[in-house]
Amino acid sequence: MSIKLGVPSKGRLMEKTFDWFSERGISLKRTGEAREYAGAVDGIDGVELVLLSAAEIPRELAAGRIHLGVTGTDLVREELGDWAAQVAELAPMGFGHADLIVAVPKAWVDVETLDDLDAAAAAFRAQHGFRLRIATKYHRLVRDYLRAHGVADYQLVDSQGATEGTVKNLTAEAIADITSTGETLRANHLKILRDAPVLCSQATLFAARAADWAGLEGVADDLGARLGVDLRAAWA
Amino acid sequence: MTQAARLAASLLADMQAAGAVPVAADILQPAETLLDLYGEDIRARAFVTDDPVLGEMMLRPDFTVPVVQAHMTGGAEPARYCYAGPVFRKQTGARAREYLQVGYELFARDDAAKADAEVFALFARLLGGYGLRPVTGDIGILKAAVSGLQTSPERKAALLRHIWRPRRFRALLERMGGHGPLAAARAELVATLRRAPAARLMEEAGQMVGLRSEGEIAARVARVLADAETPPLAREDVARLEALLALAAPASAALAQMRAQDWPAIGPALDRLEARLGALAKAGIDPDTLPFEASFGRTTMEYYDGFVFGFVSAREDLPPVATGGRYDALTAVLGQGRAIPAVGGVIRPELLAKLEGGR
Repeated sequence: MSIKLGVPSKGRLMEKTFDWFSERGISLKRTGEAREYAGAVDGIDGVELVLLSAAEIPRELAAGRIHLGVTGTDLVREELGDWAAQVAELAPMGFGHADLIVAVPKAWVDVETLDDLDAAAAAFRAQHGFRLRIATKYHRLVRDYLRAHGVADYQLVDSQGATEGTVKNLTAEAIADITSTGETLRANHLKILRDAPVLCSQATLFAARAADWAGLEGVADDLGARLGVDLRAAWA
Repeated sequence: MTQAARLAASLLADMQAAGAVPVAADILQPAETLLDLYGEDIRARAFVTDDPVLGEMMLRPDFTVPVVQAHMTGGAEPARYCYAGPVFRKQTGARAREYLQVGYELFARDDAAKADAEVFALFARLLGGYGLRPVTGDIGILKAAVSGLQTSPERKAALLRHIWRPRRFRALLERMGGHGPLAAARAELVATLRRAPAARLMEEAGQMVGLRSEGEIAARVARVLADAETPPLAREDVARLEALLALAAPASAALAQMRAQDWPAIGPALDRLEARLGALAKAGIDPDTLPFEASFGRTTMEYYDGFVFGFVSAREDLPPVATGGRYDALTAVLGQGRAIPAVGGVIRPELLAKLEGGR
């Protein structure tokens, strides 16, 4: 029995995660040849590295198939209903920053806030006979946000990639997407609404409440002490 | 048969005895109709699935829409319908996702007061003995009060559109009164828009993309600038509206208080309330003790536009046991030009079973 730690299997997110653990005296590394998703942990006993797609980590945590996982807060909040009942948020890790924002065409000189967007949506529906379309892959987060701000007469249309292009392609009037620098938005003639973002996301260490922690308390305390977090939050 | 199913069957039989024709409705409903009616929020409340041929479908979140549709395509008038069956709603926590609803709907063109009273009195009789507290309200009075504000038609329309979203409604009231966070953002926008003609601002902003045209943007710019010239809502008008929203009293006393405001705009709506209270008294409901809350029904799905009612239990962990109201505007939307005044309500038998179990 060991604690299974799920980490993104490639790219900057993986490297930064490895750095974060290494700063805390735990060395994570990939083993085998470059394309093989196998890993090893040095510096502590009883911890096993599981390399996964970042997008799958929320689901694996919810199912309890991994004990700990590193992924973005955006994915956890979008993928898991009542997320706080399923995972414990242990530590923000200080990288992978991205904001989930709502953006509209720059040419919409009359729209700077959600208050304006709501008015524009009402007029748009009256004019075109259908609700103003907002392209996103973050349906739950965006819907909750727009509802909390009282925006009506819109519809969410699904976009799993190249979301910034949907406005130009006339499949949406506005978008809600993750942005870190805003360059892609500018290149696609879009601007961010001034209101607070839907969510400010960053890479975060989560613990699974559904995982079987029995017999792992000792390792958990040891690992927690090294990382400066309380793993017992997962089963408290 | 569960206790809830037994109760549902007996309620349905009582409704039939009261003259209603039992009707059935498909569990799978086309999503488009419900989305157009309720907006995107319905996705957070209803289960959506899809069919390769028919497209997006929803597990029925209520019976009202299919029953109205069935009536509009071939019902005689006046008509009374009843139904019983499961509805499906997404919930958080332990609340039921699938539960029974037994409902009664009355479509009648004349004497709205009498129709309102008939439905309410029937529910009061069917639910007697459960120790429930009745609540009534009237969205029509709120709409009349908003329509009677001393301000532009555009502002009234914006407020009417958000009557069912109390927080948004309050934020709009604040902005139109010239204060609050939205007012500051609006003042900035107005300053920017006054800098140059709309066409020039759009040119400076860069390439036009998307379906929303320059003409639509220019039209909204004109509306924003015209709105900036509209005087702020008078404080006393806002205060009077807020006092109305906060009103909670026995129905006769509430009517007297609203009459005492000497507020011509809500006069006709108050006449309708008075007629309803008269009809209720004839049906054996005492208006001197019947609770009236002006804001009741504002947070439910946005289709009630007149009389609204509910029956709530003292147990705070339970949602209302029964709810209902008048939805004339909904029949106009679903009837594609045709409309018929309608009033109805639903009872949740599982909650009754729980109350029986708790005794």
